[in-house]
Amino acid sequence: MNFEFSSDQMLLKDQARKFLEGEESLKKARAILEGELSFDESLWKSVVEMGWTATTIPEEFNGLGLGYLELCVIAEELGRSLAPTPFSSSVYLATESILANASNEQKQKYLPKLASGEIVGTLAHTETNTAPTSNNLQCSFSNGQLKGKKIAVPDGDIANFAVVTAKEGEKVRLCIVDLETKGVEIKTQNSLDPSRSHASINFNNAEAEILDNDKDGWIALETLLERAAVLFAFEQLGGAEACMNMAKEYAMGRFAFGRPIASFQAIKHKLADMFIAVELARSNCYFGAWALSTNAPELSTAAATARVSASEAFNECSKENIQTHGGMGFTWEFDCHLYYRRCRQLAANIGSQTIWKDKLISSLERSNKI
Amino acid sequence: MDFKDTSEEATFRKEVDKWLSDNAELKEGPNDSLSSLTEEEALLRAKEWAAKLYDDGWACLHWPKEYGGRGSTPIERVIWGQEVSKYKVPGGFFEIGQGMAGPVLMMYATEEQKKRFLPPLAKGEEVWCQLFSEPGAGSDLAGLKTKSVLEGDTWTINGQKIWTSGAHYSDFGILVTRSDPDAHKHKGLTYFFLDMKSPGVEVRPIKQISGGANFNEVYFTDVKIPDDQRLGAVGDGWKVALTTLMNERLAVGDASGPDFEEIFNLACKQDLNGDLAIKNGSVRDKLADWYCQYSGLKYTKYRNISALSRGETPGPEASITKVVSGNKLQEIANFGMDLMDSAGVIRDETTDNEQSMYQYGFFGAAGIRIAGGTDEILKNIISEQVLGLPQDMRADKGIPFNKIPTSNK
Repeated sequence: MNFEFSSDQMLLKDQARKFLEGEESLKKARAILEGELSFDESLWKSVVEMGWTATTIPEEFNGLGLGYLELCVIAEELGRSLAPTPFSSSVYLATESILANASNEQKQKYLPKLASGEIVGTLAHTETNTAPTSNNLQCSFSNGQLKGKKIAVPDGDIANFAVVTAKEGEKVRLCIVDLETKGVEIKTQNSLDPSRSHASINFNNAEAEILDNDKDGWIALETLLERAAVLFAFEQLGGAEACMNMAKEYAMGRFAFGRPIASFQAIKHKLADMFIAVELARSNCYFGAWALSTNAPELSTAAATARVSASEAFNECSKENIQTHGGMGFTWEFDCHLYYRRCRQLAANIGSQTIWKDKLISSLERSNKI
Repeated sequence: MDFKDTSEEATFRKEVDKWLSDNAELKEGPNDSLSSLTEEEALLRAKEWAAKLYDDGWACLHWPKEYGGRGSTPIERVIWGQEVSKYKVPGGFFEIGQGMAGPVLMMYATEEQKKRFLPPLAKGEEVWCQLFSEPGAGSDLAGLKTKSVLEGDTWTINGQKIWTSGAHYSDFGILVTRSDPDAHKHKGLTYFFLDMKSPGVEVRPIKQISGGANFNEVYFTDVKIPDDQRLGAVGDGWKVALTTLMNERLAVGDASGPDFEEIFNLACKQDLNGDLAIKNGSVRDKLADWYCQYSGLKYTKYRNISALSRGETPGPEASITKVVSGNKLQEIANFGMDLMDSAGVIRDETTDNEQSMYQYGFFGAAGIRIAGGTDEILKNIISEQVLGLPQDMRADKGIPFNKIPTSNK
């Protein structure tokens, strides 16, 4: 049995971690959080130069043609370092939806530029504070034009184009829209995690193309979200482990009652609980990575399991990291809140925990196999 | 990344599978076992099975051949475990002997003793038990008080052990005692093995909350043990005990009882408020949590096996298994009964039905969370040995054992 990343993949992960540490990704996340900008352009450029945006794009479209396992290890490190870039939107959502659904012509148009980082894409799906369904979508597409409003679009104010869910009559479609085109109005929205930008986008008869190749758009969307869920889960896993390590370092150095607080059982058991959550999430993420990289029939189950498990681990670790730091953890100055914020951002980004738990059970009901 | 065997592993698996299919019956479901047998019948069946394994070279895979084992690699042992779990085979009597006593004898006994005791243990002719815990020394095992005094070549043992699984049918036992109460806590211990039929050994069963009685109190009144049955040096008993306990964690497996598959199947067929339980949001929420734990443990195990397969030693990460599975079992057992509404509390021990499976799990889980290291001790192990946190400050360090406080009086 070889249920582990290869030594080359582990090497890539190690390089990614060192690179992001060298880039002071965490400091940059804080700067974006505190400043006016939506993302760190220099870090984004470096990430592009590393070739990460080209990872899964085939060589014929100027990509690297690597596999999803490579992308998973990169995702874990981006999550660990809170990289303030539009990577997840552009790579896990936009690039993936084009790879899976677009015509050859559309691929030629978008993929080489996505690989080279010349353009950034995102997915615009949410419309209200009710989870979108194939029934309640209000955005409409007809005669090559898109009408309606999307909110909480991740990196919506950075992206050059968006994949947008809309109804054409009764049919759900995935549309692709140039965000610099006429009839598109973008407004940056405040969010809990300003180190990752969000925007509302108004489409007022904006010119759009159909992306889904006449597939069932809702199914195409669900598949896209499943595949993205594995990658988001790796970011969450990286974040969770970072919080556990932060809590550990602090507890070892902080003295109270004449001893390091790490020697108190209340703190030790808290850290053991974090470790258990991280370890379960890691194993589930690996299964998700395997299913994603092999297009296994188990992908629906594996992706939802990785997502639910990693959201839970990040939640546990980011809140208990603050708790372990005591009052210091509640200050702006300490980095605990950066992770606490990112945890919520990632948990919200592709749908709620409740929805993913429901998807997991539905997948088990469908597969008749546990 | 894949789940495939290497070619050597595949060959070995094929060989295992061939032998098992010729010699045992496949299980019909994950909980299909021989549990309806009386203890006496079960022991007899287990001895027959062990002898068969021995005769065909499948006993004690991890032991060297010269002592009756197979000399297998750790990964071969895992493959055997995976395959044998698909079959309905007797078990539950030799884990302590073969998993814990055997390895300690191999390290500390004389060559003559190894030749005398190891092959019968491998063959299942003799059953061993572990005499470690005491009423006042459970998680804090080194606080044990059973006294050993040397006179000439013979030790005299007085005291009491507790939670000794299988003492009532065991032939031999491994025993830790206090030989020097004036020494510091971990320094004054000495380790032996003894014949359970020795005069002065009295075994009394303990009735458990489930109503069963698998373990015992064992009283020692002037029990004589020859000095050549001492394992390790006088005063080195703690070191020898730690070797044993390292093997215990490998010997104690998952909690047995209803797991995700059972509770999922129940929810798929049981009505709740006029619809199937599986349609209920609160049921789905719980099921999703348990599935994540179930799947997380399954793939953690696969990661450990992968490490073995590469010839590495799996990390202490394995210690999360019992903490997670014991608590999961307790929750699932409770919820299984909850799905049966008011009737879930009714017990009919004469039938082997689904309800009783959850009820057994309800009691079993309370035990598994304590046996072989409590949840709390395992979390200490995780935090100290995996995460590297410091030990708790202790009130028993640096003073002679007999000056350590043991009560409020």
